[in-house]
Amino acid sequence: MRRISRRSFIKNTGGASLALWLGISTKGFASQTSLPTEGKRFTPYILVESNGNISIFNTKPEMGQGTFQSIPALIAEEFEVSLEQITILLTNGEKELGNGQRAGGSASIRNNYTELRKVGASAKEVFITAASAKWAVDAGTCYAEYGKVIHQPTNRSFTYGELVEEASKLELPKEPKLKDPKDFKILGKPGKRPDVPLKTSGKAVFGIDVQVPDMLYASVERCPVIGGTLKNFDAQEALKMPGVEKVVAVERLMGVYRTVGVAVVANTYWTALQARKRLKIEWDTHGFETFNSTEYETQLRGLANEEGLPDNTLGSVENLNLLPQNTLEALYETPMVAHHPLEPMNCVAQVQGEKVEIWTSTQVPSTITGSGANDLHKHIGFAPDNIKLHATFIGGGFGRRLNIDYIIEAVNVAKQVEKPVKVIWTREDTTEQGPFRPMTFSQLKGGFSEDGKLIAFQHKVIAPSYLEAVRADFDKTKVDNIMVEGIGEQAYEIPNLKTSFVRADYHVPLGAWRSVTSSTVAFAHECFIDELAYLAKKDPMDFRLELLSKPSDTKRVLEKLRVFSRWDTPLGPGKGRGVAQWEFFAGLCAQVVEVSFRPDKSVVVDKVFVVIDLGEVVNPDNVKNQIEGSIVMALGAAVKPGITLGNGRVMQHNFYDNPLVRINEVPEVEVHILADGGKVKGVGEPGLPPFAPALANAIFAATGKRIRRMPFDLDQL
Amino acid sequence: MPLLWAIRDVIGLTGTKYGCGVAQCGACVVHLNGEAVRSCVTKVSRAEGQKVVTIEGLSGNNDHPVQTAWQEIDVPQCGYCHSGQIMSAAVLLRENPNPSDEDIDAAMSGNICRCGTYLRIRKAIHLAAELQQKGKG
Repeated sequence: MRRISRRSFIKNTGGASLALWLGISTKGFASQTSLPTEGKRFTPYILVESNGNISIFNTKPEMGQGTFQSIPALIAEEFEVSLEQITILLTNGEKELGNGQRAGGSASIRNNYTELRKVGASAKEVFITAASAKWAVDAGTCYAEYGKVIHQPTNRSFTYGELVEEASKLELPKEPKLKDPKDFKILGKPGKRPDVPLKTSGKAVFGIDVQVPDMLYASVERCPVIGGTLKNFDAQEALKMPGVEKVVAVERLMGVYRTVGVAVVANTYWTALQARKRLKIEWDTHGFETFNSTEYETQLRGLANEEGLPDNTLGSVENLNLLPQNTLEALYETPMVAHHPLEPMNCVAQVQGEKVEIWTSTQVPSTITGSGANDLHKHIGFAPDNIKLHATFIGGGFGRRLNIDYIIEAVNVAKQVEKPVKVIWTREDTTEQGPFRPMTFSQLKGGFSEDGKLIAFQHKVIAPSYLEAVRADFDKTKVDNIMVEGIGEQAYEIPNLKTSFVRADYHVPLGAWRSVTSSTVAFAHECFIDELAYLAKKDPMDFRLELLSKPSDTKRVLEKLRVFSRWDTPLGPGKGRGVAQWEFFAGLCAQVVEVSFRPDKSVVVDKVFVVIDLGEVVNPDNVKNQIEGSIVMALGAAVKPGITLGNGRVMQHNFYDNPLVRINEVPEVEVHILADGGKVKGVGEPGLPPFAPALANAIFAATGKRIRRMPFDLDQL
Repeated sequence: MPLLWAIRDVIGLTGTKYGCGVAQCGACVVHLNGEAVRSCVTKVSRAEGQKVVTIEGLSGNNDHPVQTAWQEIDVPQCGYCHSGQIMSAAVLLRENPNPSDEDIDAAMSGNICRCGTYLRIRKAIHLAAELQQKGKG
C-alpha cells in the first residue's frame, strides 16, 4: 500500500492533525491553514522548494468526488512527479489561484483535463531547459522522471529542487507538448486516493472539526414555518443556563429567501442546544402557516393545461392529424428531496474589526473570497480583501454546499460576539430548513405516424423555478433553463419536438441537488419513452436504438450497454429489466436495472449495469466508486419519502422519517467506462438520472404496473 | 452531556462524528468497554471510569485490519461516516471473524453512508476478515 509522507500528511490536514500526530493539544488549527510561500511558483498551481519539496495547489474542494487525487494527477502526470512525492494542498479562495476554486456540475475534470495537463507540461519543460543549459547539452537529449531531469546519454541527473533557481527565471511555454496517453503513469490507472488514510484514522479535518482558540458554539432556532421570520423573542430562561454567553437575532439569506432566527451562543455546543429549547419566540408566519404540499401538487396538475414558455422546438407537433390510438399522454410527478450530506451544515467565523475569518466545508471557496456580484462580500458587508477563508475537507456536498446561506448566518452571529463562534446545524435543522431539490411535474405527449414511426414528442415541465429562487434579478418571463435541463437535447431523432416550462409560484428555498433537474425530468422522459415503446409493441432497447440512426455518443453507449447487460438473454420468471439513458450538461450515462417481483408483491432491485461515457478517464476505480454511490443516492430519491410541507412546516425531521438507503438495500452494480477519446464528460452526477426510470421500467417489465410518481414503495406494488 | 460532545468538544478528539443526534446514522460509534455504542445518545456519566476507544485509538498506526482493508479498497468518498463505519465493523469482526454478506448487512445497517459506499464496505469487511485471519496465523 502507498503511504503519503509524514510531511505531506501534516500539511494536507492542517495543524489540528499535526497536533494529534504529536499527541499534544488539538487547538491551533487557525494558524496552520495558509498556503506555503517559500519556494518558486511555476504557474499558480505548482510550488517547488530548493530542498526538493514539491506542492501542488488543488483548487477543487474534496467532498467525496475524488478531486483531492484526480486534479493533482493531471498536473503530476505531465510534470513527471508521482503523487507520493508531492504535497497536495487544498486552496482557500486565494486570489492568485483564480475564481475557479469551486466544485460543482461534475466540472472539475471535464473543464480542466487539458488545461491542467498543460500546467504540468509547461513546468516540466522549463526544468528540462534549465538542466540542459547547465550541462550545455541539447534539451532533446534530456527527459524528466519522478521529479528529476535526466541526461539520457550520460545518465546524469538533477532533481527539480536543484534546478529551481534557474528554472524559475525561464518563461513557461504556453503550448507545451503533452504526453502520448500510452505513456501515462497516473492517468487512466486505478490510483489510490491520498485522502483515504486520513479518513480511516479520524484525522481528516472537516469544517465541523475545526477548533480555534477561545471558540464559542452556537445553535440557531429558525422559523418552523417556511417563509416566516422572527417577530420577537424572550431569552431570559436560556440566559439563566450556566455557560450561555449571549442570545442574538440572526439573519439567513438563501438565494432570495430571507429569514431571521435566534442564535444561542454558549461555551459548549451541548449547552447552546439545551438553552435553545428554553427560548420563547414569536414568529411572523406571513400567512404561510396553512401551506401544504398536497394542495400545491393539485395546483401543479392544474397548471399542466397552460401553454408555458417554449424551450426547444423542432418541426411542429401541431396539426399532425395523428390517430387517437397512435397517441399517448401521461403526467409524471416527483417530490422535493433534501441533500442530507452526513456532515450537517456548520461554519466557524470570527469577526475582528473590518476583517472576518471563516473556517468551513464549502464547495465554493471562490464565492466566499471573491468580489463578484453574487459573492459572499455582498451579503455580509466586508470588503473581499478582508475575508479570509480556511477550507476543509467536506463531509458531503451534493450541491448543498454550493450555497453560502450557512456561512452568511454564521458571520452574522460572529458580528455580535467578541470571540470566534462555531455554528452547527442539527440534523433536524438540516432537514427542515432547506434548500430542497424542487419537485417537477412533467406532462408528456407522443404520437406515431400510421406506419408506426414516432414523429411527435412533447415534454412540458411544470415546476417552481430554481433560478427565481436563487437570483433576485431573474426574469420570470423567461424560461428557466435549469428546470428544462436536458429534455430538449436528447439524441433521439424525432422530427417534431416541443419542450416547454410552466412556472409555479413557490416560497420554499430551492437548491441544486446532485444532477439537478435531470434527477427528476429524466424519470418522466425515459419512462415515457418506455410507454411509447410498449404502445409500439417494441422492445424498449430496440425502440430507443431505432430512434438513433445517426452516430452519436448516446447510440454508442446504448449499444455497449445492450451487450454489457446481456439485454437479449431472457431473465427467469418473476424478473424484469428496464433501460434508461440520460445526456445533460454533466455527462452521459445509461443503465439497465434488473428486479425480482416477489409473491408478497414487493420488488427487489437485484442488479444495475452501468455504461458511462467519459471521453477520458483519470481514475477508473474512483469512477466506479462514484457510480456505485450515485446508484445508492438515486435509489433513495426514487423509493424513500421526500420532503413535504403541512401547516407551512416541513413534515420530516431526521433520518427516522426522512430515511436514507442502508447497506441491506443496495443492489449489485457493474460499471463499464467508455473512455475512447472525444468530449471529456463528468463523473459525479451522470450516474443518477438514468437510475429511477430504468428501475420503474424494470418494474413495469416484471409486474405490468406503470409507475408515474416518485417516490414509489418497493414493498407495495 | 452526551459522550459524543464530551469527546469532541471537551477532550478535543474530532474523529468521532455528529450526524443525527438520535442514534439513526452511526457516525458517532465508539467502543465502550469493547461494545459499539452510539455516543450521541450515551450519557457521559455512563462512560465514567469505563474504557472508551474512539477511532483515534483503534490502532497504533492506522493499521487495524479494518482500516487496512478500507485503504486497500479505497472505500471512503467524503469520509465523514467512516469513523463510525470502521468502529462498527471492528466489533463485528471481533465477534464474527468470518461474516457472510447477510451478517455484514445486519451488523452495519445502523451506519448510514450518504455517499453510498456500501458495496465497498461489504467488500472491505470480507478483506478485513481475511487480514485478521492471516494476522492470527
